[in-house]
Amino acid sequence: MSGIETMGSEATGPRMRVTLTVNGADHDIQLDPRTTLLDALREHLGLTGTKVGCNHGTCGACTVHIDGRRQLSCLMLAAAAAGSAITTIEGLAGADGAPHPMQAAFVAHDALQCGYCTPGQIMSAVACVAEGHAGSDDEIREYMSGNLCRCAAYPNIVAAVREVAGSTMAEAA
Amino acid sequence: MNQDFSPDRAACGFARDIPLVLDAGEAAALRAGARVGISAAHESAHLHVAGAAPYVDDVPEAAGTLHAALAPSPVASGVLRSIDRAALLAMPGVVAVLTAADIPGANDCGPVIHDDPILADGTLRYRGQPVALIVATARDLARLAAARIGPCLDIEPATPVLTAREAYARGDALLPPASLIRESAPGALTAALAAAPHRLGGQFSLGGQEQFYLEGQIAYALPTENQGLRVLCSTQHPSEMQHLIAHALGWRSHQVLVECRRMGGGFGGKESQSGLFACCASIAAARLGRPVKLRLDRDDDFIMTGRRHPFEYDYDVAFDDDGRITGIEATLIANGGHSADLSGAVMTRALCHLDNAYYLPEVAINGFVARTNTQSNTAFRGFGGPQGALLIEIVMDRIARHLGRDPLAVRRANFYGVASRNVTPYRQTIEDNVVAALVDELVAQADYQGRVAAVAAFNRSNSVLKKGIALTPVKFGISFNVPHLNQAGALVHVYADGSVLVNHGGTEMGQGLNTKVAQVVADALGIGFAAVRCSATDTSKIANTSATAASTGADLNGMAARDAAMTIRNRLADFAAARHGGEAADVQFANDVVRVSGIALAFATLVRQAYEARVQLWSDGFYATPKVHWNPKGLHGRPFYYFAYGAAASEVIIDTLTGEVSLLRADILHDAGRSLNPAIDIGQIEGGFIQSMGWLTTEELVWHATDGRLLTHAPSTYKIPTANDCPAALHTRLFDNPNTEPTIHRSKAVGEPPMLLAFSVLLAIRDAIAATGGPGADPDLRAPATPEAVLDAIASLDAIRP
Ligand code: FES
Ligand code: FES
Repeated sequence: MSGIETMGSEATGPRMRVTLTVNGADHDIQLDPRTTLLDALREHLGLTGTKVGCNHGTCGACTVHIDGRRQLSCLMLAAAAAGSAITTIEGLAGADGAPHPMQAAFVAHDALQCGYCTPGQIMSAVACVAEGHAGSDDEIREYMSGNLCRCAAYPNIVAAVREVAGSTMAEAA
Repeated sequence: MNQDFSPDRAACGFARDIPLVLDAGEAAALRAGARVGISAAHESAHLHVAGAAPYVDDVPEAAGTLHAALAPSPVASGVLRSIDRAALLAMPGVVAVLTAADIPGANDCGPVIHDDPILADGTLRYRGQPVALIVATARDLARLAAARIGPCLDIEPATPVLTAREAYARGDALLPPASLIRESAPGALTAALAAAPHRLGGQFSLGGQEQFYLEGQIAYALPTENQGLRVLCSTQHPSEMQHLIAHALGWRSHQVLVECRRMGGGFGGKESQSGLFACCASIAAARLGRPVKLRLDRDDDFIMTGRRHPFEYDYDVAFDDDGRITGIEATLIANGGHSADLSGAVMTRALCHLDNAYYLPEVAINGFVARTNTQSNTAFRGFGGPQGALLIEIVMDRIARHLGRDPLAVRRANFYGVASRNVTPYRQTIEDNVVAALVDELVAQADYQGRVAAVAAFNRSNSVLKKGIALTPVKFGISFNVPHLNQAGALVHVYADGSVLVNHGGTEMGQGLNTKVAQVVADALGIGFAAVRCSATDTSKIANTSATAASTGADLNGMAARDAAMTIRNRLADFAAARHGGEAADVQFANDVVRVSGIALAFATLVRQAYEARVQLWSDGFYATPKVHWNPKGLHGRPFYYFAYGAAASEVIIDTLTGEVSLLRADILHDAGRSLNPAIDIGQIEGGFIQSMGWLTTEELVWHATDGRLLTHAPSTYKIPTANDCPAALHTRLFDNPNTEPTIHRSKAVGEPPMLLAFSVLLAIRDAIAATGGPGADPDLRAPATPEAVLDAIASLDAIRP
């Protein structure tokens, strides 16, 4: 696999060198081969926008994009993401710093309370629209159901996704 | 005047780059200078959507930070004879293995009664109880060592008590049993029960609820100079954390600073129970002289902390031909778990909410907090109130089915009156009752009667799928039951450039408290939202704060912040009149402009002038809720400053072959007083409704019947609602009802009362199940109404079918 180099053992176990491409920038890091992508982002790259909810693939808080597809970063080894384009919530805004339409819609629709699920919701929502799975409220609810929100801001999350999906479809038409 | 200060500049809310969607009325009010009653965006919304709002684990770690993990007891009951630490200390990266003997001060994190060891003190009380604190150079290494604790423990296991009914039968209570009794004359309840034309008795079983705050428990303790600690903690109660840490270390409070900028959800689970983690991180940091972070893994969070109390009920109710209750006796048995925690206050609130919206002439309610070998149950949004009120709604439904009457008619017959039939069992006279008018409005809004007929028609022509519909009211008492907790402080700084920083004792957990408080300050000073910045809750800024709980956050801290802001405004008005002429009372503050004696000047300009004239531009503020008092022995008084009201109508469909339930439509009308922020309040109402629906339908907690293991310890097995569980039609409206008491801008607390709205879902399921039986069918449905519970309830009707 590209961008990976195995290192000798250290006191805390074997280390390896990995190059991760995150939000368009390459990062060379050394880590334990068992490190998840989630921990690599948060603890090696300081990208703490991606959140830890359950750490085993059942809450969606850690959702990122791998080559444009949504992925639970707690279920992926960092090493397995080498060579892919990784996008996190920090990389969603435009080059000029303008918020992504989904970010703007989440604010405008009050689609958050504590905000802890929000980065994962937004990453999922962007993918949900791109996948063509936001054609109706029912479809949005179904395809967003992997992202838990304990504050249950769901009605407003659905409204935000609907708005962005609507304007995306209007552009495509 | 300075033309820069156009009111539209304020229209962006706190999120400066992203405009808000305001309706025409709110937009006009905003332009006219209003800052409350406006759906301003959450003050951190623009940060949350960018992943730029830091929680405790997101704060960059200080050099030398160590990581802690807690080693759990492998048994639910027994004696811990000894711990052999040698094997753990030999593991990679392990720096220290601390046990109860290493705690320099009190080994206790009990918030009220001191019965809650931080680390096991020889007696093992529940499976998962922390027995040792492992500190290592990395989180995974600490957790790895904690997971290897088993062989290091010398334990003499005992047989655990795992159910509340079992503890009740043994008389094993955590607290003295309490009874709330109100009779027109001694013996009147017994007489009412004996003489009643109708009488029903029974039992009901209601499960607990895991908070499942999406951000797990976490504390990060950093040593500071002269034997001090700065502790970043995800907590609803920084002052309590400060006190617990100081006690555990044998220190004074002023040595400990606790800070919380925001939580990723609290829901009561971080009121007292963040204490264990705050103490452990602090004990390790103080001992090792290094920063120590303790971030719980989700599964450990489930198995170490408590949750909403499961309740068991026995009841006996008497009523007349109209279904009007003439007397009721009920016993509420709460599963308290292994320690008292906040169970006493939870039970008091349950006893004080059993009435919900109904007048109970002769009443006796007994509360028993059972001691079991499980996690210690604690606060959860509603704090016993929902557990009290649900029983009376089950009773109303049973009365209606027994009499063959419309359940809503039975409810209406029992509503509290306005001038009479208006005294609660705890002898508070209700002065703000709007329940009848509110329910009437919802009945019309939801076309309730028409849909009852449509549901009946559907059920006549369908045998496998059945629909059900129910409408339930809410009355919820606002204030801490313990009067002295109803106080708050705030600190407002106006800097010389006109920018404003607000601090108060409340904590932000997503409920929008900081947003509301900032709105109150912006309103008081007549400035835009962008000029007001919120800051982290910090025990070194506001001392002796109460928990952000009991829905009182905005009521208390909003008033304290307004007090501080008004002090500054009055000083500015005095100065403006002295400098520019006119009377101080005539000085106007709005839209960043101050008008004095025919002159308009920018707020910032006046502030600069005042600063140069040596006017104090910062102030503290304080508020204590008036009127509340409580006799804790007799269980009477005025525990609540006022009541919040609401009602919901829910329609469900069930599959009688699988037990599957789906909520088709819900209509909600809720009283937030004169709302400070309608968007935030509607979010709280809908969020509370959906969260409570989860409690009553899908969120099932299962402990192993003999070894006491919690089997549902992660979202893989513990099912909270997803977007897909929300109804396709959810219609939520605010009931226009300014508070009769002079609360902050006549608003009402909105955090907890909506938990009662989802009773309508459970009762609609009951209605649908009843439709599988004949006339008068009265299913025996437990909560949560999982598919298994629904099938059992259908079977309970089959069993009595001829
Ligand atoms: S943290 Fe990855 S799905 Fe929950
Ligand atoms: S906003 Fe709190 S978990 Fe979604």
